[in-house]
Amino acid sequence: MSDRALSAPLPIPRLRARLGLRGWPWLSLFILGTVIAAALLGDALSPWDPNDIDLGASFQPPFWMATGAFTHPLGTDNLGRDILGRIIAGARVTVVVSLYAILLSGAIGALVGMVSGFFGRWIDTIIMRVVEIQNSIPAVALALILAAVLRPGLNTVVIVIVLTYWSWYARIVRGEVLSLKTLDYVAFARTAGVSTPVIFRRHLLPNIMNTLLVLATLQVGQVIIFEASLSFLGLGIQQPDVSWGLMLSDARQYITNAWWAITMPGIAIMLTCLSANMFGDWLRDRLDPRMRQL
Amino acid sequence: MIGFLWRRLGHGLVSIIGASLVIFIISRLSGDPISLLLPPDAPPKIIAAARIQLGLDLPLWHQYLIFLTNAAHGDFGQSYRWQMPALDLVLQRVPATVELACAGLLFSVALAVPLGVLSAVHRDGLIDLGGRLLAMLGQAMPNFWVGLLLILLFSIYLDWLPAFGRGGIQHLIMPAVALGWYPVAAQTRIVRSAMLDVLESDHIRLSRALGTPEWLIVWKYAFRNAAVPLLTMLGVYFASMLSGAFIVEVIFAWPGIGRTVVEAVFSRDFPVVQAGVLLSSILFVLATLLVDISYSLIDPRIRHER
Repeated sequence: MSDRALSAPLPIPRLRARLGLRGWPWLSLFILGTVIAAALLGDALSPWDPNDIDLGASFQPPFWMATGAFTHPLGTDNLGRDILGRIIAGARVTVVVSLYAILLSGAIGALVGMVSGFFGRWIDTIIMRVVEIQNSIPAVALALILAAVLRPGLNTVVIVIVLTYWSWYARIVRGEVLSLKTLDYVAFARTAGVSTPVIFRRHLLPNIMNTLLVLATLQVGQVIIFEASLSFLGLGIQQPDVSWGLMLSDARQYITNAWWAITMPGIAIMLTCLSANMFGDWLRDRLDPRMRQL
Repeated sequence: MIGFLWRRLGHGLVSIIGASLVIFIISRLSGDPISLLLPPDAPPKIIAAARIQLGLDLPLWHQYLIFLTNAAHGDFGQSYRWQMPALDLVLQRVPATVELACAGLLFSVALAVPLGVLSAVHRDGLIDLGGRLLAMLGQAMPNFWVGLLLILLFSIYLDWLPAFGRGGIQHLIMPAVALGWYPVAAQTRIVRSAMLDVLESDHIRLSRALGTPEWLIVWKYAFRNAAVPLLTMLGVYFASMLSGAFIVEVIFAWPGIGRTVVEAVFSRDFPVVQAGVLLSSILFVLATLLVDISYSLIDPRIRHER
């Protein structure tokens, strides 16, 4: 116990010990789990083909309405495509985009932030100036130009989100590294000639892991909304792929005919973001109470 | 103070020039504008002449220098689509966007201040919980969906408000609510935590001990101090409104910068895209500059930080 206190003033929290089962946000986890399950198994289990056009069944209301039926529980859109089926299919895009966008922006941002904070001097100046420049262009505007340049689609959405969010990670990680760098054990490791990659991996990364984890979960909701916004504008996911934002963009055309086509995909977005944000808040309070200001 | 001002202005200028470089490079990568301007079967001679006329035959760095010099003189070139100066086209949309951003800001502050103050006064009470619930909902609803729901309810079912366009105050309500909805959460949190700090301070306790009425303590003595953090952040929120306005303007067919740029992106109208995005970057940088300056006026320690 005493030697740990000496060698590591900022102990790596014991994850399992701190995550007791009591007080888990079960509802959030259940909803997130459902979305992930829909993404993984939707193709195999869903009884509705998301692109199955049935003009005879267009604009059917949800099942609790007088003319609704259980064959289409949440109703159909203008082409008679089942809305629940399309929401299930859309979950895949949501999960895939969130996963790639967050992993990539987190990894790039963490690396750049660590380099910037650890080496300091002109490297730090240049990197921070680039971060500042990137922050001075409104995110949506940057996304619009990029999405127009690259061919719209899933890859483009991921690239746009990564380019928008890496700086967020970089700035926060840099701040953490600046204070970690001054700690004795990092200074000793440097003096002892430990190579830089090893210092990064063994001494810096474990200490910023909690912060990264919290930032990543808090980013999920924002990424989902970002993807939906791009797809809504026609610059994101394209037909025949299904995305909740794209569904809303379609539904906007016949907003007077089918209120359910506007509300249902939005509710899917809202519930998923709400769950991700609540889970993120909970994780932050558990792992990194210093970040409550974020 | 003067040194601080110059340093911040310098940073702002570097940001804007950097932004212009990013915008220029990206928009030039997006394909050949010639293919949009001329019919596909145009003779090569005319295509070549058009390229020279638009300066597209020069190397990229030369094109950028020309772009930057002209931009500094307010010349972004003619809009390919509208045959008028791009900057004029964008500038005439500025009032609409600023009007919308102000209305959105007004809505969010008008909701966040009472919510934040009352949540702090009745900590963990019904209002506090309700406010937190509202905040969580606000952050989970995309602003374009909020806009669509408002149109569905107030334009289609109730027929109270017009669904699109700019005009009287009734045109402004729904876009402002859709835009102002999101930052309410953050603003409420700022006001609430500032109020909690102030309410525990000595001068408030003294006023309590002297028997000052509670409403006077809360709204006059405490809120005046607690408003400072929110006031200094208003610039940041204004900047985020300008950014958020892009999609809200599209939904409500609001004739602002955002909608103009979105349309220009689809028609590859480079000059308009460049002018619009650079203009919103400049507004953005100016807003954050104002925040820094107002901070440094309130808290002199910041001036000496680097």
